[in-house]
Amino acid sequence: MSSLSRTTSRRLAHGLSYLFLSVVGISMVVPLLWMVATSLKSPTADVLDPAQWLPDRLHWENYHKVWVEIDFARALVNSTFVTVAVTAGQVFTSSLAAFAFARLRFFGRDKIFLGYLATLMVPSTVTMIPVFILLRELRWINSYYALIIPAMFSAYGTFLLRQFFLSIPPDLEDAAVIDGCSSFGIYRNVILPLSKPALSALAILTFIGSWRSFMWPLIVTHEKEMFTLPVALASFQEMFTVQWTLLMAGSVIMILPMLLVFIVGQRFFIEGIRVGAVKG
Amino acid sequence: MRKKGTPVKWRENLTALAFLSPNLIGFLIFTLLPVLAGFLLSLCHWDLFHPPRFVGLRNFVDLLGWYTDEGKVHANDPRFWKYLGNTFFLMMGIPINMAASLLLAMVLNQKLVGRTFFRTIFFLPTICMGVGVMLLWMWILNPEFGLLNYLLSLVNIQGPAWLKSYAWAKPSLMMMQLWVAMGGTSMILYLAGLQGIPPELYEAADVDGASGWDRFRHITLPLLTPTTFFIFITSVIGGFQGGFDAAYIMTRGGPDGATTTISYYIFSHAFEWFNMGYAAAIAVVLFGLVLVVTLINWRYGGKRVHYV
Repeated sequence: MSSLSRTTSRRLAHGLSYLFLSVVGISMVVPLLWMVATSLKSPTADVLDPAQWLPDRLHWENYHKVWVEIDFARALVNSTFVTVAVTAGQVFTSSLAAFAFARLRFFGRDKIFLGYLATLMVPSTVTMIPVFILLRELRWINSYYALIIPAMFSAYGTFLLRQFFLSIPPDLEDAAVIDGCSSFGIYRNVILPLSKPALSALAILTFIGSWRSFMWPLIVTHEKEMFTLPVALASFQEMFTVQWTLLMAGSVIMILPMLLVFIVGQRFFIEGIRVGAVKG
Repeated sequence: MRKKGTPVKWRENLTALAFLSPNLIGFLIFTLLPVLAGFLLSLCHWDLFHPPRFVGLRNFVDLLGWYTDEGKVHANDPRFWKYLGNTFFLMMGIPINMAASLLLAMVLNQKLVGRTFFRTIFFLPTICMGVGVMLLWMWILNPEFGLLNYLLSLVNIQGPAWLKSYAWAKPSLMMMQLWVAMGGTSMILYLAGLQGIPPELYEAADVDGASGWDRFRHITLPLLTPTTFFIFITSVIGGFQGGFDAAYIMTRGGPDGATTTISYYIFSHAFEWFNMGYAAAIAVVLFGLVLVVTLINWRYGGKRVHYV
C-alpha cells in the first residue's frame, strides 16, 4: 500500500468517526434542547405542533407559573436541604469509617469490612419495607428525618474511600506520629487533605443520586410541604397531564443543578466511576 | 510504626470504635437489622393496622406455588410470573446497551480532536436521568404531538402509540434506557479498559496482516472480558431491582401490566395495598435472584477470563 493511499484511508476513517460521533452527539442533545424549547413555548397552545421547533417568543412566564402553581420553591428548598445534608452526612460518616478500616488495627476489622461489602448486594427493596415500618413507629414519616437519616450511611462510600486511603503511602503519616499527632489529627491533617479527589467524587455521586432519588421520597412523604422536586414533578403530572410546557419547565429546573454539579466536578466524577469499579 | 503480632490494645480498639461508630450504628439500624426484619416479615401477614400474624411459609406458597384444575396447571399468583417476565424482557436491553457503549468507546479511543467534548456530550443523558428525563420521554413518545412520531412521519411512517400500546410499551422504555445509558458509565469503563490494552498487540497483529475485524475479535474483545463481565453483572443486578421509577412516572405499570416489574409489584403490595408480609416475601425472592448472580460473579469474575 503506498503511503499516499494510507493517509487517504486514515483520513476517511477519521471522517467517518467524526460523522458517527456527531450523529450520536446530536441525538443525545436534541431531546434535551427540545425540552428547553417546549418549556418556552406558548402555554395557551396546549396542542403543540412538533414541526414548530422554536417558540414564537420566549414565554418565561411558564417558569414563573410552575414555580407558583405547585409550590416549586418549597420543593426546591426541600430537595436542596435534603441533598446537602445527605451528601455531607455520607462523606463525613464514610470517611471516618474508611479511615478506621484503612489505617487502624482493631478487633474483627476485616470481618466487619466483609460484612459491609456483603450488604452492597442487598436490594434496597428488601430493606425498604422494614425501614419504613421503623420510621412509622418513630413517627418520622413525612419529615426531614425520614428523607435524610436513613440515606446518610453508605457502605459504598466507605468502600470507595477505603480504597483511596489505602493508596496513600503510610510514610506521610510517620512524621505526624513522631510529632505526637493523634489518630484524629492524622485523619484531619494528613488523610483528608490528600483525599480531595476521592472525597469530591463521593460527594458528587451522592449529590446526584440523592437529588434524583424518587422511590424513597415518594414512600415517606405524604404532604405537599415535604415533597422533593422529583415527587413534586410527578404529582404535578397527575394534576395536569396535558400542560407539557409547564411540565418541561419543571423538568428543566430539576435537571439544571445536576448539570451544574457535573460540569464543575466532571474530572472527579469520572475518576470516581473508575475507582468504584475496581472491586476488592 | 506498629508491627504485626503486637497485641492490639484496648485503647486502639476504642479509637477505632470512635471512628467507626457513626457509620456502624447507621449501618446496623438501617441495613443489617432491616435485612433480618425483612426475612421475619416475609413469614407474617401484616396490614399495618392490625397486629402482625405469623403464617410460616404461607406467603411463599401463595407467591411461588401452583395448583391444578381440570388437568391444567395454574400459578397461585400469575401476576408475579408475568411481572418477572417483564423484568427479564427489559433486561434484554442490557446487551444492546453494552454493545452500543463498546462501539462508542472504540470510536472515541482514537487520536481525535474533541474527544473530551464528545465524551461530555455522551454523558449528559446519564447525568440528567431522573423524573425530568422520564417526563421528557413521555413527551417525545406522545403518539400525536411527540417528536419521534413527527420525525417518523417525515419519512412516511405512521409511528405506534409507544407507551400507550401493549406491544410497544416495553421497547419504548428500553429505547429510553439506551439513550440514557449508552454514553454513560459503561462507556467510561470500556474507555478505561481499551486504554489498558498494550498497543504492541495491535502492532504485532498488523505485521501478521490481520484485518480490523480480526483485531477486534482476537485482541480487543478478549482483553475487555473483565470489563464486559463487570458491566454485565452490575447491570443484571440493577436490572432485577429496576424499572420502578420509569414505570411509575410514565405508564403506571401499564398498559395492562405490560411494564410492571418486580420492584413495582413490591411497591404496590407494600404501599398501595398494605400487604407488608407478602411484599417482604417478594423482596426475599428478589434477594435470592440477586444472590445467585452475585455468586456467579464471585465464582467466575475473579478469574479475569481472557486468552493471552
